[in-house]
Amino acid sequence: MSGAAISPGWIVAAVIAAGAAFVDLRLAMLLALWLGAWFVNARLSRLKGPLPRWLVPAIFGLTLLALWELAVRLFGISPVILPAPSAIAARIAGSLPILWADFVQTALKGALTGYVLGCGAAVAVAVLIDRSAFLQRGLLPVGNFVAALPIVGIAPIMVMWFGFDWQSKAAVVIVMVFFPVLVNMVAGLKATEPMQRDLMATYHASYWQTLWKLRFPAALPFLFNGLKIATTLALIGAIVAEFFGSPIVGMGFRINASIGQLSLDMIWAEIAVAALAGSAFYGLVGFIERRVTFWHPSQRR
Amino acid sequence: MKDTTTSAVIEARGLGLTFETNDGPVRALTDVDLSIGKGEFVSFIGPSGCGKTTFLRCVAALEHPTTGTLSVNGMSADAARQARAYGYVFQAAGLYPWRTIAGNIRLPLEIMGFSRADQEERIERVLSLVDLEGFGKKYPWQLSGGMQQRASIARALAFDADILLMDEPFGALDEIVRDRLNEELLKLWARTEKTIGFVTHSIPEAVYLSTRIVVMSPRPGRITDVIESTLPRERPLDIRDTPEFIAIAHRVREGLRAGHGDEV
Amino acid sequence: MRSILPILTVLLAIVAVWYAAAVWMNSTWTYDQAARAGVEVTFGEVVADTLAQERPVLPAPHQVAKGLWDGLFGQKVTSKRSLVYHGWITLSATLLGFAIGTVMGIALAVGIVHNRAMDMSVMPWAIASQTIPILAIAPMIIVVMNALGLQGLVPKSIISAYLSFFPVVVGMVKGLRSPDAMQLDLLRTYNASAADVLLKLRLPASLPYLFASLKVGVAASLVGAIVGELPTGAVAGLGARLLSGSYYGQTVLIWAALFAAAIVAAGLVMLIGLIERISLRRMGLAR
Ligand SMILES: Nc1ncnc2c1ncn2[C@@H]1O[C@H](COP(=O)(O)OP(=O)(O)OP(=O)(O)O)[C@@H](O)[C@H]1O
Ligand SMILES: [Mg+2]
Repeated sequence: MSGAAISPGWIVAAVIAAGAAFVDLRLAMLLALWLGAWFVNARLSRLKGPLPRWLVPAIFGLTLLALWELAVRLFGISPVILPAPSAIAARIAGSLPILWADFVQTALKGALTGYVLGCGAAVAVAVLIDRSAFLQRGLLPVGNFVAALPIVGIAPIMVMWFGFDWQSKAAVVIVMVFFPVLVNMVAGLKATEPMQRDLMATYHASYWQTLWKLRFPAALPFLFNGLKIATTLALIGAIVAEFFGSPIVGMGFRINASIGQLSLDMIWAEIAVAALAGSAFYGLVGFIERRVTFWHPSQRR
Repeated sequence: MKDTTTSAVIEARGLGLTFETNDGPVRALTDVDLSIGKGEFVSFIGPSGCGKTTFLRCVAALEHPTTGTLSVNGMSADAARQARAYGYVFQAAGLYPWRTIAGNIRLPLEIMGFSRADQEERIERVLSLVDLEGFGKKYPWQLSGGMQQRASIARALAFDADILLMDEPFGALDEIVRDRLNEELLKLWARTEKTIGFVTHSIPEAVYLSTRIVVMSPRPGRITDVIESTLPRERPLDIRDTPEFIAIAHRVREGLRAGHGDEV
Repeated sequence: MRSILPILTVLLAIVAVWYAAAVWMNSTWTYDQAARAGVEVTFGEVVADTLAQERPVLPAPHQVAKGLWDGLFGQKVTSKRSLVYHGWITLSATLLGFAIGTVMGIALAVGIVHNRAMDMSVMPWAIASQTIPILAIAPMIIVVMNALGLQGLVPKSIISAYLSFFPVVVGMVKGLRSPDAMQLDLLRTYNASAADVLLKLRLPASLPYLFASLKVGVAASLVGAIVGELPTGAVAGLGARLLSGSYYGQTVLIWAALFAAAIVAAGLVMLIGLIERISLRRMGLAR
């Protein structure tokens, strides 16, 4: 494909769009919008520099939103099936206090508490079993196995044990984040090179000095790997656990309740909040990772 | 010969080490008799697998000999390690990437409990000793390979151990950098009067640096020759073109060939 | 194989802790009952009672084992009380969704590797979507599909497909890009076509990455299918069993369903691991 000429592919696409106009004008409009945006992106993506890195995905995302809005309006799709982005935005703007309360209940009280406790416990256990090769050989396969199980399934049990409020959600989150973090941390504590350990031996460093000055820093990249995986798991755990019982506040509760009332715009509003919270949470952990493990080759680009 | 028996810093008698591996025992060292006096610069040279590293690791108590005796500073190797008697320089610099150069040099000082003020003073001193003034705040990956290796030497010097053990410290560097570092190492040795054990694969390097050259041979790892250097202590780089230097280098080569014998 | 003993030890320890916890957590009820009846109970009686309650707070391992056994083998497999029946419903949705998600994920990854515009448009969103709790939309998809007249297998499969889709895309793109410049240049000296490069270099090189993301994807698919069974009100499937167990406080039922789900998950992951080992060995990639 040369830069200036318009390739045959584009011509074919344009012909299809024109053909669609005979079938259904609305379809042709959507197709034309899509092709136009794609054409712009195809051009932009050949440019060098940091601008297209942002602009291209942004245009893509905005195009999807525009298509969605247009499709809902043109075809008159019922809001019970798919509300338009504008309707969702209006709902978000109109229910900020509710969304905020749900966010506090689910993300801060349930997910964050469980995340901190679960990750803390995993790191502590990793350090505790560090001195026993026997325990590690036993716990690691079990941990790896458990990490692949559908742990959200314990939600009904936790709700029975700890009640409807956020404590049961935090308990689910603790179990969900524990094993991925444990497995990563144990692997990280092993990640030192023999030469580095020999160096500590020539200094006659104690076990704790070696742990603190060598093995813990060397384990950080692995730990953050686990911590990042755990952010998503924490939110999932906290939201899904609410499907099994909750007070009348919380993101999972709201989604479940809105289903009954068929107010899909509210569900989408909660999903938008969940997406925002998830990305922000992940971004925060990623930010801390960059600050703490700036020395690691993967961060140095 | 100097009076090495009374002032021996490292003394090995009938030293042997056999690794028990999955496919049978490997005799890495047998019958090693060697005594190294204070202030000597001893090089170990020999084909790959002849036990140079193993011997150095025994001295540093990173391996434990299976036979024979070994004393360092008049005590066991382990006791000497606990008394922090030596600095060890590995083949690769092995700096911690999460610490600055100064932080890396501070590492042994922290572990050994030097005071904060003392730490700063020592870091400054060894940095200038290896010609790295002003690089203390840099991270290892921001430095060239040669500078990293110098930093790792500074790290080994920081706590004033009187024995320096170096296992092919310049093996990964190019010839020109290597020459410079060799020159600097000699100056450093003259200034600090440390005892140095130095592993190398390069004959010129061994001859240029050492007061004594230990030639080793593999299967089983043993000492086949010890060559006393007649070069003066003061050695400019161009000493390598003198007939005396070439004669010693020739003797070392002969020693290596004899050790290899039937194999080559 | 050296690990068998440690693993068994850890498992035994877990079972022991479990029994102790069962006695401790269920004893409240026992003491309550005894106090109401006005009788004294010895410690031995407490232990015996706590391990054999109808609706214990924490069922003992043997109760769960019995519940699981009854669910799996104690009924006709077509019975509504058979875990085989419910497990199959969940498994079939998982497999269908997983297959759809994987195929589409691989297709998109191939497109991304070959088309720069696609790469720059889609990739940031695919990566970002991994940080989002996508599972939260599962109930909505079910309900919307329901409104559109779609029920049963298909809506759940869509959720499963959606959940396995993104890990496969991200892993496959990484894998398809894993050949280094030298290998690509070699094929360029042969004047190989893009299709040849894809089939002979990129796809084989991507297999280890593919299998790694398939394991993640299949686990996510199963979770998706289970959660997809919640909003329809406990009709069929392992998720429905969990839900009805929690409605009626039948803890043994919950635990049995949970273990059935664990068995399905473990089986799926192990199956992929097996395929991985076989195909990597065939290709000479195994260590
Ligand atoms: N940890 C170990 N376990 C088993 N065998 C070992 C171990 N370390 C070294 N050996 C063996 O001992 C012998 C001597 O090894 P050593 O590392 O001392 O050789 P070297 O002279 O330093 O060689 P090079 O010049 O390649 O560094 C070799 O045959 C090696 O295979
Ligand atoms: Mg060596």
